[in-house]
Amino acid sequence: MASVAPAISGPHQYLQAQTRWSRVEIAFWLATLLPFVVAPNYLVLASQVAITALFALSLDLILGYAGIVSLGHAAFFGFGAYTAGIISKYGWGEPLSGLLISGIAAGLLGYLMSFVIARFRHLALIMITLGFGFLLLEAANSASWLTGGADGLQGVRMWPLLGIFKFDLWGVTSYWYSLIVLFLLFLVSRRLIHSPFGLSLRGIRENIVRMRAIGAESRAHLQKVYTISAAMAGIAGAVLTQTTETVSLGVLDFQRSADLLVMLILGGAGRLYGGIVGAILYMVARDQFSGINPQYWYFPIGVLLIAVVLFLPNGILGGLAKITASERLQKWMRTLPPWLRGAS
Amino acid sequence: MVSSLAEPLLALRNIRAGYGEAVVLDNISLELADRGSLAVLGRNGVGKSTLLLTIMGFTTLRRGNILWQGRDITALAPHRRARAGIGWVAQEREIFANLTVEENLTVAARPGRWDKRAIFELFPRIGERRANKGNQLSGGEQQMLAMARALMTNPALLLLDEPLEGLAPIIVEELAGALKRMIRDEGTAVILIEQHAGIALSLTEDAVLLERGAIVHRAKSADLMKDAATLDRYIGMKIKA
Repeated sequence: MASVAPAISGPHQYLQAQTRWSRVEIAFWLATLLPFVVAPNYLVLASQVAITALFALSLDLILGYAGIVSLGHAAFFGFGAYTAGIISKYGWGEPLSGLLISGIAAGLLGYLMSFVIARFRHLALIMITLGFGFLLLEAANSASWLTGGADGLQGVRMWPLLGIFKFDLWGVTSYWYSLIVLFLLFLVSRRLIHSPFGLSLRGIRENIVRMRAIGAESRAHLQKVYTISAAMAGIAGAVLTQTTETVSLGVLDFQRSADLLVMLILGGAGRLYGGIVGAILYMVARDQFSGINPQYWYFPIGVLLIAVVLFLPNGILGGLAKITASERLQKWMRTLPPWLRGAS
Repeated sequence: MVSSLAEPLLALRNIRAGYGEAVVLDNISLELADRGSLAVLGRNGVGKSTLLLTIMGFTTLRRGNILWQGRDITALAPHRRARAGIGWVAQEREIFANLTVEENLTVAARPGRWDKRAIFELFPRIGERRANKGNQLSGGEQQMLAMARALMTNPALLLLDEPLEGLAPIIVEELAGALKRMIRDEGTAVILIEQHAGIALSLTEDAVLLERGAIVHRAKSADLMKDAATLDRYIGMKIKA
């Protein structure tokens, strides 16, 4: 009876305690600076990765944390991308305000969509989001007077970032820009999922009826997170537009939504870093594989996907977490000097 | 059935309810006083769980109304009833499998007498397993967690759907002890559905017997315990006290 462990914290203190940074996390974010030194020729790719990682993070919020399956998240990415492009084309090329406007626009669209989304689960959601994605793609295609249609949006000109840093051909500014945007929105997401709201979302993911029975208004929660996620996806799209100064219909493509889901599952959904790790792996693999064989590069991706789902059902990060939690490794870790063990 | 003149905590008036087209309960009326306790007994399939689901707002209500502390909550959504102070522990337990014990509790936490400290005192067993995930608990521990999670919302009334079902005798004893403390010492009002009629009657003050969706007998639990004929007739079970 007396063995109740000390320090039973209140709900808020408990959640607060979950937000401490581990050394692995700090190392990870420091490592994102490596491309500047190690691979200066790959900064364009690196910024694409950062943008995709942000996009994947937005999907993780709804899929990994709230259990909303989506096969049409490119709709918001594309909407943000076009918004940023169109603002710039018609004379306002300031990146930061453009980013903000695009995020708000995509968030608004997401909010409208959320009234439908919050009513459904599972298979119905896949169909609805898929249909919504198609809808937006064809809308952009047919509104060629505005979007440039199949030829893409031409004439996007960005002003220098903060009036100083021009978007250069080597991607130095682009990578800084996309990395900082990713990091800031990652901080927001991290804060969000460790809040009472975030915990409620996970409860909803686990069992929506049960959450109602303990007093959580699940529908409002779902709408909120869907809106936030849509805004984030829109911002990711806007960064892509701003760093490449062009928008093609590809931003709204089904393939983009599907790839995103693959990345998140590869990395591990519901783990915050899963989408980021998945995006890095997927984008780098695609870059390498398509260099080796530009025609059939999906083949190794297919193999990778099946292997991950078979052997690491919770994604790469889920697998890693399982390994680090294993007794044998814990034992071995205790033989290491303290500074090597890290704190997680 | 409750003699006090004070307003009942919960009152059901002529309830007819079910799922979609199907009607399961008919003409159900009952009252529960503040700090009261009621055992709902009956064979399988007579509508005991449906009664709790109806109080929670998860069924189709076709007629009648439900009053909570004098206020009509018939049209209130389930999450609002939960916030108003009704807690429900489902038969299936339905703990959050991928959340830790502590997260399972934190997600439900609302200010009040029941906090994690009090919970771990009532159920030391789950206190020891705070860092474990829901799906790593034994059946008895899951049941304790399900009850604990409902308590964390600090309900004025707790609906318990066969909390002792399928558990080892020693766990049944432990849980029954906790229930007793909750009802007698803490004064949490309870509606208890239980197959172990003896335990249910020993824990509660009042009892109703359900058959085919209607209340067929009402009694003080202590009296019903002695009324072997009635018990045998409606639940076909010999009592083991």
